[in-house]
Amino acid sequence: MDSGSGMAISTTDLNLWYGTFQALFDVNLEVKPGIITAMIGPSGCGKSTFLRSVNRINERLGYVRITGEINVYDRNIYGEDVELVQVRKQVGMVFQRPNPLPISIRDNVLFGYQIHGQGKTASKSDQDDVVEDALRQVLLWDQVKDRLNAKATGLSLEQQQKLCIARLLPVKPRVLLMDEPCSALDPKGTEAVEELLWELRGKYSILIVTHNMAQARRASDECIFMLLGKVVEHTETETMFVTPKFEETENYIEGRYG
Amino acid sequence: MFDATELNQKNERVEKLFRAGFGLMTVMLIIPVLIILTTLVVKGGSVVNFDFLFQSPTNGMTAGGIFPALLGTVWLVLVALLISVPLGVAAAVYLSEYAPENWFTRVINLAIINLAGVPSIVHALFGVGAFVLFFGFGTSILAASLTLAIMTLPLIIVATRESLQAVPYAFREACWNMGATRWQTIRRVVLPNAISGILTGVILEVSRTSGETAPIMFTGAAFFLPLLPQSVFDQTMALSLHLFVVSTQVPDMPEAVPYGVALVLICLVLLMNSLSIALRVYLRGRKKW
Ligand SMILES: Nc1ncnc2c1ncn2[C@@H]1O[C@H](COP(=O)(O)OP(=O)(O)OP(=O)(O)O)[C@@H](O)[C@H]1O
Ligand SMILES: [Mg+2]
Repeated sequence: MDSGSGMAISTTDLNLWYGTFQALFDVNLEVKPGIITAMIGPSGCGKSTFLRSVNRINERLGYVRITGEINVYDRNIYGEDVELVQVRKQVGMVFQRPNPLPISIRDNVLFGYQIHGQGKTASKSDQDDVVEDALRQVLLWDQVKDRLNAKATGLSLEQQQKLCIARLLPVKPRVLLMDEPCSALDPKGTEAVEELLWELRGKYSILIVTHNMAQARRASDECIFMLLGKVVEHTETETMFVTPKFEETENYIEGRYG
Repeated sequence: MFDATELNQKNERVEKLFRAGFGLMTVMLIIPVLIILTTLVVKGGSVVNFDFLFQSPTNGMTAGGIFPALLGTVWLVLVALLISVPLGVAAAVYLSEYAPENWFTRVINLAIINLAGVPSIVHALFGVGAFVLFFGFGTSILAASLTLAIMTLPLIIVATRESLQAVPYAFREACWNMGATRWQTIRRVVLPNAISGILTGVILEVSRTSGETAPIMFTGAAFFLPLLPQSVFDQTMALSLHLFVVSTQVPDMPEAVPYGVALVLICLVLLMNSLSIALRVYLRGRKKW
């Protein structure tokens, strides 16, 4: 599977239309494996659209049309022999609003694990290990270990968001997509999630959308700047923030638009 | 500075007026219910005792008990539930979770709502034609229960569909985005959260089925039977029909008996309803988001 470019996500000439409205224009991107890549850009420039096409949620809308290719670890995920369920398994997604399921913390973590068939054969103690491992990875274990059977919806927003990340991990995804994962959180929660991102770095390839320049700068290795459905610039984060190549990038970073 | 202005006082008066008005309406709704219940208890309470409940009628139904009718109603309701709940829930799940949003689905939805408005005597005739004659079940518990089930399907479907749609869409999305299929999502998240609403539908159905007379009169219920039904292919007596019979068809009926029968019918419905209400309260206690 890993012959070829070895990129976590690579797209060629990706165009996307919502009905007749074109939201992405000839996007060519290479997101490197194992690092954190941030995606920034003004509201409506197509960041979420891009993310949502990488785990194929967009097509649920029915009126979305795509041309070009999206490869995840060198497999075209829109290929005919590709099983959608496997795409969703390998490419996990975290949303702006934490959306834990209204079941216990434990069951939330095991949900993906069970629907992908691993839970049935696993013994109770294996399941316990899976839960503990996932919750430890997201730095949540110590806070919830005594109430694993409590409703997940009773947790604080920060904890809920961490849980939403944790429940992706038991199925061992290769890529994690995060769409403004901190925008519903307070500064402390944001900091905690950023800390967590660094924990996960290396084990997963992470692509995170953020409106928070400081966060993009603090919490990513590389940065992508998008504008009106096009990729303007994609470089190392430090480079982008210190010496941006394009004027648009500079204007945006310095808060001169939306 | 904080004194009430004229406008404040006026608003306050209007507020009181409406509050009292709505309260009064509510009370007026309760009054008939109370009158009915008291009348039944006062006039019929004296005949309701152990023997009344567990003996067969004797003496041209003017004496003895109502056990065959009581048992028959329980049979009819249970068999009807057994048929309509799975069918109705399945249909509602399909309509709410799978059906594409198009004209065909809308037509089906419209048909279901209209089905709820069909008079029960029409259902009775349909039942005779379809179940008694065409399928050859004869006048039997099965035919009567099927008729009742068809009649109450819309209740279950509508209640279930509404409770399914009350489950936040975000939960479904969360599941799908983890790769869950529609059925996995329904089975693990949607249905468990909709169960209390579904039970509301069941409650409505129980009340409706146990009280109906017309749909069972021609399809499976008999005025009087010397023997208890042995299977769903036998005829049965039923409380609602028995009430009709003892109130209008039998000369020299002691006045208390019809009231007693009605009292038992109401208590039976209340009993079955309170079971599902208890279950619903229990389930709702576990649901929080
Ligand atoms: N479901 C949809 N149907 C039609 N148009 C859509 C849909 N979703 C997004 N769009 C349009 O596509 C464009 C890109 O939207 P997208 O949500 O990807 O932007 P974004 O960069 O994520 O913005 P934000 O920063 O506000 O989240 C916008 O013009 C938007 O109006
Ligand atoms: Mg967005």
